Amino acid sequence: MRRGLARVFTTDHRRLGILYLYLALAAVAVGTTLSLLMRFHRVWPNAVLPFFGVITPEDYLALVTMHGTLMIFFVLTTAPQSGFANLVLPEQIGAKGMAFPRVNAIAFWLTVAAFLVLISAAHITAGGAPISGWTSYPPLSALPAAGPGQGLGMDLWLVSIGIFCIAAWLSAVNMLATILGERRAGMTWTRLPMTVWAWLVASILTLLAFAVLLAAVVLLFSDRHFGSSFFIPMNDMIDGRIVGHGDGSPLLWLHLFWFFGHPEVYIAVLPGMGLATSLFANFTRRRVAGYTMMAGMLVAIGLLGLAVWGHHMFVSGMNPYAGTAFAMVTMAIAVPSTVEVIGWLATLWGGGLRLQTPMLFALGFLSFFIVGGLSGPLLAQPALDAYLHNTFFVVAHFHLIMAMAGVFGVFAGVYYWFPLMTGRLMNEALGKVHFWVSLIAAYGTFLPMHFAGLAGEPRHYDRLTGPATNFSRLIPLERGITYSALLLAATQLVFLWNVFMSARRGQAAGVNPWESTTLEWANGTEPCRIERGPYEYELPQGEGGFHPQWEAVAKQE
Amino acid sequence: MPATFTRNPVDVERRDTGIGGKPPVDRRPTGGGGDGENWENQPHGRRGPRELLIRYRLGVMFALSGDLMFFVALVSAFFVRQSSGHFDIHDNFIDDWRPLAVPPILWLNTAVLLLSSVTMEMARRQLFHEIDVMEEWLGLGRPAVKRAAPWLIATLMLGLTFLTGQWVAWKQLVAQGYLLTAPDPSSHFFYLITGIHGLHLLLGIVALVAALVGLFTLKKVEFRQIAVDSVAWYWHTMGIFWIFLFVLLVFFQ
Repeated sequence: MRRGLARVFTTDHRRLGILYLYLALAAVAVGTTLSLLMRFHRVWPNAVLPFFGVITPEDYLALVTMHGTLMIFFVLTTAPQSGFANLVLPEQIGAKGMAFPRVNAIAFWLTVAAFLVLISAAHITAGGAPISGWTSYPPLSALPAAGPGQGLGMDLWLVSIGIFCIAAWLSAVNMLATILGERRAGMTWTRLPMTVWAWLVASILTLLAFAVLLAAVVLLFSDRHFGSSFFIPMNDMIDGRIVGHGDGSPLLWLHLFWFFGHPEVYIAVLPGMGLATSLFANFTRRRVAGYTMMAGMLVAIGLLGLAVWGHHMFVSGMNPYAGTAFAMVTMAIAVPSTVEVIGWLATLWGGGLRLQTPMLFALGFLSFFIVGGLSGPLLAQPALDAYLHNTFFVVAHFHLIMAMAGVFGVFAGVYYWFPLMTGRLMNEALGKVHFWVSLIAAYGTFLPMHFAGLAGEPRHYDRLTGPATNFSRLIPLERGITYSALLLAATQLVFLWNVFMSARRGQAAGVNPWESTTLEWANGTEPCRIERGPYEYELPQGEGGFHPQWEAVAKQE
Repeated sequence: MPATFTRNPVDVERRDTGIGGKPPVDRRPTGGGGDGENWENQPHGRRGPRELLIRYRLGVMFALSGDLMFFVALVSAFFVRQSSGHFDIHDNFIDDWRPLAVPPILWLNTAVLLLSSVTMEMARRQLFHEIDVMEEWLGLGRPAVKRAAPWLIATLMLGLTFLTGQWVAWKQLVAQGYLLTAPDPSSHFFYLITGIHGLHLLLGIVALVAALVGLFTLKKVEFRQIAVDSVAWYWHTMGIFWIFLFVLLVFFQ
């Protein structure tokens, strides 16, 4: 019994990493199902679902809220950061383990608790899930009477996010203490794999951003239960009844939330960027072009990411000069992102690409990063954002860069580190099917949304018939998007089949199946002191060999 | 097994005591660094007697940075709320901020908290005299524990006094009619700020008790040092936060 408990509440970082990935899998399954319900409803709004009935507009908003919350918090903040870092970070820096294994375990179980509380918000409350979106803007989110699900459902959402904030804080503390304090002798800053740099910057962002979210959640909770008016404006009315008695400001929530919200999306994508760099080096058998520059750009993106939150608020009524300032910084952040992309292209150009599945997904990450990233500077112009804000153009932008690039980063990590987790390789043929169908279906789902957005189609409308008949000519587009989305979701079953089948009967992998140089593949042969850089692959015109990081430099006698 | 470990010259030196022994390497009260934190020359896992201490200090420092951001967000909300208002029908800008007169006992509480930081630091410094390791090894008891425990208990008493004082301040405000659930934003902020700080201090007191217990039950000197050291830095930070919050409440309404 005691041993069973010790196994469940493990402090071994590798097992915790796999547990985080399982949690993300559960969250992505629920989140994807919700998104399919949304897509289905948009094309067939009057369909009667078995065991449920018709999806009302409020139900649709509840779907939107839960989909966003699950995907952003429980998939994209857990898997790339906590999931993979727990799996390989200590090995990659030559440490014995994480700095604080028990804190690490507590952070995981708090995340599980947050997940369960969130799911309960949808199921055990009379009103159902909250409808105020993952951004939960007041006064809708501050007043229980404002809508269905805004009572206990909203309270449970706040509790869930509050627990998640504490879990994220603990996890970031652990990771920063590990990266700064547990590196092996010789593992200098310029010998760190790019994944470690990415986790370092993402951890700093986590530490700073989630604290602000927690403060905002506490203030919102106070508004809801202690009669304060931090966010509820004076004379706010519901159904003709005045409920606002203090001079609160919804804009305060926007500032606090988006000060968290923008670094959050960089937390979601930075680990994927670091992994992409590592994989490009591994599968082209070349050194990273401009390693110092690439690492510096990750840091620059992280730093600038703390200063751009106002670009989510261009049409909020804030001072337009503040909008100009935020627009400038947002355009500035395009520079380090572009340098990263150019660095990747330079690493790839003329290289002998080994197009195995992890590499394919890294290339897919690059593709989505470019396409999704290109619509960013467009939205960064306040003049353009005045039209495009809250249209499907924004939905297309963040889905391409977060959902697709971020998720492809997770896929790449799973395929790449699968041999480490199970000792077996995943099936290449199934992997290729998964990659190509996902890529094409994802573009089929999200590219047309740009056109819908340019046509002015708003977000959060549950249907395009009825009062929204201005947009009824977009229904064929919506149908195409829904079919693509169904295909995209269906092909993930191929991935799941591949994962669980290969874990049992996959081809046995060697010690270092990808011929990588980074230390997680060293398998017990690490030296006392690291003397090599992280990506010492020979150039193609050389011998074709490589120097793993655990290999000693030849000594002069 | 990987490559063999070379004998560290420092280790050899230390083992060679001779008659009369060696004097303490460093007389700094906070422990010093022995032969200096020369990471490069140490075998893995044996980077010096302060390896674990530094790891825990890093952890505490990062945790407190996150906490700092939390308070920064609350203070920003304070300033924004203070200047929030609306335009009435005559286009006058009306704001509902009535500055709250801070109960005078808060001054006393601040003094108590500062004093508790002094006693905390005294306790912390008792843990880092190098001669203590030798005395303990010789079976001469645990002098550091005997010296530090009274200071820790004093800190505990002062901390509890602070929290009691805060509670009294709350009761005084309620008696004057400023409730948590009143529509008055300045009283909301008062309760929120003092309440959250008080909650942090309560956690600090729990940690203090744990450190006190650990002082008597932990077997290694290293672990006792870490326990008291971590609590000390947390305690000092809560004191510093309180000074900022106190100045905010008294002078910036």
